Amino acid sequence: MHGDFDFSVLVDSLPFLWTGLQFTLKLTAVAMLGGIALGTLLALARLSPIAPLARAASWYVNIMRSIPLVMVILWFFLVIPLITGKPMGAENSALVTFTLFEAAFYCEIMRAGIQSVSRGQVAAGYAMGFTYGQNMRLVILPQAFRNMLPVLLTQTIVLFQDTSLVYAIGAKDLLKAAEVAGKNYNRPVEMVIFAALIYFVMCYSLSFVVKRLQQRFAFKR
Amino acid sequence: MNQVPNSAMIEMRNVSKWYGQFQVLTDCSTRVSKGEVIVVCGPSGSGKSTLIKCVNGLEVFQQGEVIVDGTSVGDPKTDLPRLRAHVGMVFQHFELFPHMTITDNLTIGQIKVLRRSKEEAQEKAARLLDRVGLKQQAHKHPGQLSGGQQQRVAIARALCMDPICMLFDEPTSALDPEMINEVLDVMVELAKEGMTMMCVSHEMGFARKVAHRVIFMDQGRIIEDATRDEFFGTPRSERAQLFLSKILSH
Ligand SMILES: Nc1ncnc2c1ncn2[C@@H]1O[C@H](COP(=O)(O)OP(=O)(O)OP(=O)(O)O)[C@@H](O)[C@H]1O
Ligand SMILES: [Mg+2]
Repeated sequence: MHGDFDFSVLVDSLPFLWTGLQFTLKLTAVAMLGGIALGTLLALARLSPIAPLARAASWYVNIMRSIPLVMVILWFFLVIPLITGKPMGAENSALVTFTLFEAAFYCEIMRAGIQSVSRGQVAAGYAMGFTYGQNMRLVILPQAFRNMLPVLLTQTIVLFQDTSLVYAIGAKDLLKAAEVAGKNYNRPVEMVIFAALIYFVMCYSLSFVVKRLQQRFAFKR
Repeated sequence: MNQVPNSAMIEMRNVSKWYGQFQVLTDCSTRVSKGEVIVVCGPSGSGKSTLIKCVNGLEVFQQGEVIVDGTSVGDPKTDLPRLRAHVGMVFQHFELFPHMTITDNLTIGQIKVLRRSKEEAQEKAARLLDRVGLKQQAHKHPGQLSGGQQQRVAIARALCMDPICMLFDEPTSALDPEMINEVLDVMVELAKEGMTMMCVSHEMGFARKVAHRVIFMDQGRIIEDATRDEFFGTPRSERAQLFLSKILSH
């Protein structure tokens, strides 16, 4: 048996692995979009002149960033049902947890992005007659977002890899599917190697996109 | 000079401003009548930018009063966005919105602030772009234009809002020498049409041609507020004389 690999079972298990990958992708997409939206709101709060609001946002971010993700995942999965009184399911719990957790990281990126927009641009927006909200929406955030696009994508790659941690609560992602398939076909090593290959290819191509983006931005400015 | 009692467009009364302990503006008072062109000059750091930014409330001041077309800028009840919508401002570094086309730069304020229809805004934008000689550039982004062209677009952008007066903060000092005149020409034309203008500028040729009055600032104070002929004849203060001889010699 040693060193005797059989990758033919992979073909049979592809549909099953695909359902796992679908959840991994869904979790990545939801946490990215939700995390950027919530993170942007947190960044606005952190930069707000209203001190209690800025402090609350800063606490949230610092607490989230000082706890290992796997503990946040477990904690949410176990504690939320105690509060709401009904079980949430591993998948839904993962979606909520990742969005809340990633928001803290996207917040810091968006905060740097907002601060990267020059004071002259901010003044020009106000001089035009924009309100605070309009100036944010029309002038500052689009530029902040554009300046930070490579960093936002890099964070998304990290997020994509981190989704494998939902393994801890038994949510059916790519890694879990590979493990289950490995057991069923009695080929655990092949399956885990294959899953690793999928993670690798996806992350590698995304990093390639980021590199290209960085080069393009470096050229333009 | 002018016999008719003019109504004031901008009135500043004893404006003082501090950054912490540091006093940037001390007791600045002046008055700009409708249709008047004022040039503000003075050494670097004397508070010129700060002074004109007090006019549209981009800078807050702790003492005194600024009245624009009857509205008190420092009053907390004043709807500042609404006031600013009709006070055009042109910056040293143009500050066109880099993520928008030239047309969008000219229409966004009209649509979002003045609530004009897109068609109406685009028509106005096209007319004003043509006026500053840049009709061909409408679809481009600011980064694709020269400094002089960007500044002319910035003036057109301000004019799209039908301003009651215009503020200029050293509009030509970031430009290569060969581009200065194309911007000054647009400003001279505006002045001749009777636009009320307050311009921070060291272009003394421009001041001679169109300014009604020249204000000289030093260390946050208005040292001299004289008619053009008085100012270029014999400035009263020694500081202004020295300053003039320095900038006129090159
Ligand atoms: N945010 C700030 N905090 C502290 N001091 C400031 C701030 N902004 C400006 N100053 C100071 O206020 C003074 C006046 O600045 P201001 O920009 O109005 O001068 P200026 O006459 O426009 O100069 P320049 O010709 O260089 O543009 C300067 O000494 C400047 O250092
Ligand atoms: Mg200045």
